[in-house]
Amino acid sequence: MANDTQILEPVKEKEPLFGKAEKKLLTDPLNDNNPITVQVLGVCSALAVTTLVYPSVVMAIAVTFVTAFSNLFTSLLRNTIPKSVRMIVQLVIIATLVTIVEQILKAYNFPIYKQLSVFIGLIITNCIVMGRLEAFAMANKPWRSFLDGIGNGLGYGAILIIIAFIRELLGKGSLFAGSPIELKIIGAADTYLINTKANPWFGWYMNNNLMVLSVAAMFILGIIIWIQRARNPKLVDIS
Amino acid sequence: MEFVNIFIKSAFVENMILAYFLGMCSFLAVSKSLKTAFGLGLAVIFVLGITMPINWVINTYILSEEGMFGMDLTFLRFILFIAVIAAMVQLVEMVVEKLSPALYNSLGIFLPLITVNCAILGGSLFMVSREYTFSNSVAFGLGGGFGWFLAIVALAAIREKMAYSNVPAPLRGLGMAFILTGLMGIAFMSLMGIDPATMGGK
Repeated sequence: MANDTQILEPVKEKEPLFGKAEKKLLTDPLNDNNPITVQVLGVCSALAVTTLVYPSVVMAIAVTFVTAFSNLFTSLLRNTIPKSVRMIVQLVIIATLVTIVEQILKAYNFPIYKQLSVFIGLIITNCIVMGRLEAFAMANKPWRSFLDGIGNGLGYGAILIIIAFIRELLGKGSLFAGSPIELKIIGAADTYLINTKANPWFGWYMNNNLMVLSVAAMFILGIIIWIQRARNPKLVDIS
Repeated sequence: MEFVNIFIKSAFVENMILAYFLGMCSFLAVSKSLKTAFGLGLAVIFVLGITMPINWVINTYILSEEGMFGMDLTFLRFILFIAVIAAMVQLVEMVVEKLSPALYNSLGIFLPLITVNCAILGGSLFMVSREYTFSNSVAFGLGGGFGWFLAIVALAAIREKMAYSNVPAPLRGLGMAFILTGLMGIAFMSLMGIDPATMGGK
């Protein structure tokens, strides 16, 4: 059936490699079509890994890699996958990519691998990956699917890093803890950027332990959604 | 006795949703009405209860070094676990359709969606990292599923009530669901640190 339609198609003009449509694919998920706040996909890991900024950055890179390449491979195979077993085929593609990510992390950055623990494995069931495969890659050409994957991975990463930034700064008084560029912002020791003991004007701040708990991520995400929808009334839930 | 302890611990103290935030996608998407939430919750209990022991057997007798092949195959864990889950969900779907068409219709689309519910795969991965025995993994599967069921039914009930209150327009729906789940999480935190094994006369 697929062959008939292909034969009837007229010879198309060559599409630009990076035109307006492609740019939209990359930028839309960062704002109006964000996978977390608008499509509500992939929330689990967004809440669990965001206590520190550094693991969140690693997670964002891992998810971007997986979405981009699973989109690419599914799109390449889309005409050969039978509809009845497509879920399993997609899951095998995703699981293979996630295994690659896991093995690389285990080999090159073991502390982060330990810290992320099961959440690397849970990228498989991260709804963003599966959702984009179903909604986009099964119906579009490989190059566009690849860009859509990168865009959605970045949109996911952006929210992850915003939440982690707020939680780490308010909860631990530091930024990028554990990474080579660790910064200590607020605290009572001499090594901190703002020394709350020595500097009487900054003595007001104490680490907020609520921010370290995962419930804080729920509240921050709720507030991010609130701000985003207040700025863009099109997104407001009418029901 | 340990069976009951792990059941209670995984259902209440270490609730899948409210302590680990696993399975949030379907939790938020399906909690709009009490009836569908109830159906999905039951399906999750069922699938978790079945896949957990099967994955335990696979992990112990095939993937581990003492297993059938005598070598460390743990890098295949993700692929095998997710394949078992997908196959089980498909099987459950077929069996339910055959035996009870009424239940099948009420579950509808949510049955196949359980495959990508983080709580199922997460449960299997937790089971591996906590080194449970076979009976423990059965208890953990059933208890985790029951906790998930409880949480989604509670949130659905609250959200049905919320429909009558005057929430600011941008916060309506999703935003409010997040904040409600956060508050429920704080409530469940009061159970944290309780160990059923050391309670009652010891």
